[in-house]
Amino acid sequence: MRLDPYLLRKDFPMYSKHDSSFEGKPLVYLDNCATSFKPQCVIDACNHYYEDITANTRRGDYSLAHQADKAYDEARATVAKFLNAKDSKEIVFTSGDTFGMNMAAYGLLPLLKEGDEILLSPSEHASNVLPWFEVAKLSKAKITYVELDEENRITLENYQKALTSKTKIVSLASVGNVLGYAIDVKKFVSLAHEVGALYIDDAAQSVAHKKSDVQDSDVDILVFSGHKMLGPTGIGTLYGKMSVLEKMKPLFYGGEMNARFKRDGYLTLDDIPERFEAGTQNVAGALGLAKACEYLSSIGFDAIEEHEAMLRKRAIEGLKKNGNAIIYNENSDTGIVTFNIKDVFAQDVATYLSSKGVFVRSGQHCAKILPEYLKTQGTVRASFYIYNTIEDVDTFIAACATAEDFLDAFFS
Amino acid sequence: MPFSLDHQELLREIIVDNYQHPRNFGEVNDDSYVTIHMDSASCIDDIYIQVKMVSDKIEDVKWHGTGCAISMASTSIMSELILGAKKEDALNIMKEFNKMMAGEDFDEEVLGDAICFINVNRQPSRITCANISWRGLQKAFLEEEKKEHV
Ligand SMILES: Cc1ncc(COP(=O)(O)O)c(C=O)c1O
Repeated sequence: MRLDPYLLRKDFPMYSKHDSSFEGKPLVYLDNCATSFKPQCVIDACNHYYEDITANTRRGDYSLAHQADKAYDEARATVAKFLNAKDSKEIVFTSGDTFGMNMAAYGLLPLLKEGDEILLSPSEHASNVLPWFEVAKLSKAKITYVELDEENRITLENYQKALTSKTKIVSLASVGNVLGYAIDVKKFVSLAHEVGALYIDDAAQSVAHKKSDVQDSDVDILVFSGHKMLGPTGIGTLYGKMSVLEKMKPLFYGGEMNARFKRDGYLTLDDIPERFEAGTQNVAGALGLAKACEYLSSIGFDAIEEHEAMLRKRAIEGLKKNGNAIIYNENSDTGIVTFNIKDVFAQDVATYLSSKGVFVRSGQHCAKILPEYLKTQGTVRASFYIYNTIEDVDTFIAACATAEDFLDAFFS
Repeated sequence: MPFSLDHQELLREIIVDNYQHPRNFGEVNDDSYVTIHMDSASCIDDIYIQVKMVSDKIEDVKWHGTGCAISMASTSIMSELILGAKKEDALNIMKEFNKMMAGEDFDEEVLGDAICFINVNRQPSRITCANISWRGLQKAFLEEEKKEHV
């Protein structure tokens, strides 16, 4: 079924509470790759913990604590179902994607040795590059890259060229956060497994937009943030296959992750996933994240993809008609449009659009190797989501048409 | 009415002119200059400011790099304002500039062309672009002080 963004907006206080406007102008929020708005049901799910069942989890013998435990376990099961994980024990709650990537990289450090290769791409986000740089330094493993094609895509062919018998880890975003290209995760995973490498999916930009099925794709680890998929900030997930989690070393040590310890340094770890969740957890966040999973599932990813594709097509056509834009990802697979206005610095475009109530991102979008390939220092990125409308796109296009007048943002 | 409010077009021209024809633009390879690199994770501005102090006077200023129109124009204008100035005078201009950014009363007289940034605080996220050069200068003064003490 087709998705109705006008109807969905009623669920989002950022629209419904403010009459879809901000500072007196219609709110045209097109920075969904950075973070998404939250529906009321997600906010309510978080508040339910604070208002009705506040107690620390996994340490109370009283019934209130039991309620909090139950809700937290149910949230884990809901996320497992959302990803089609075999077992909810394979779901580790984190504070977000960046945390998850660090947990994966440092967790796998003991498996790496000198000369091993960690395969990334030049379009990865800092959070899927820098933890590996650190781990490579510590293990003397080598970072290698899949070369991008002329469209700056990761192709299967180049990926196959980059995989070697020394590749021990492949870590790639299933959807890139600058150009929005998607990769065929299932195929990539099977090739990684053929050379004996583990495959890590940075799903920060895909979970909100495409169906994730970890059993079908067979990824070893999948990491994402809640806040980009209608969930709260400060919560995310690391999914790991049980056999992989068993090999991973926890990144954080402290309460609730140990079973026993003694003065001589003896330590036994708690079970999986608890051993990866040291300290008091973000219970409210977990409940909100689970609700976001349910909300997205109820809309359905076919409808979401169709809606984003429609908006993106309209935006590309509009930018082309305007005639003053350089588009970097005309054939992208998701609702991301990355461009520049000729002879105007990206940040100046973003400020100008902001003065028209259109909110987009400018810069390098945390993927600091990519500008070499795009041959530009920075770009402007508009990213669409379920609550964006045709009118949003049209306002955006109309504003871009006159972006050469960017100093109007300060004068007039 | 203050000059600044009556001459919007002129102020805009100053920005465009300094962006398109940056003053004191260039790079020197000379140890007697303090070099400050202004960049940050959140913006693409990547600007180097080089200052040569002789006792308490700014003997020369050069800068190079890339950035948005606001940061480039700001650096160009600052370089003209402080070239040949005494440190304390440069600090005084900086003080008035910061007041302007904060929307407080300020002394228009000392700001020269930098008055063109009077409206930047309409876009609060861009204040960091307009004052990047001044923040750089402040760092240069600190570096220079460190040098004096060794
Ligand atoms: C592809 C990708 N990976 C990782 C991240 C980091 O996510 P977070 O900042 O939520 O930890 C992002 C966020 O922009 C992203 O787009």
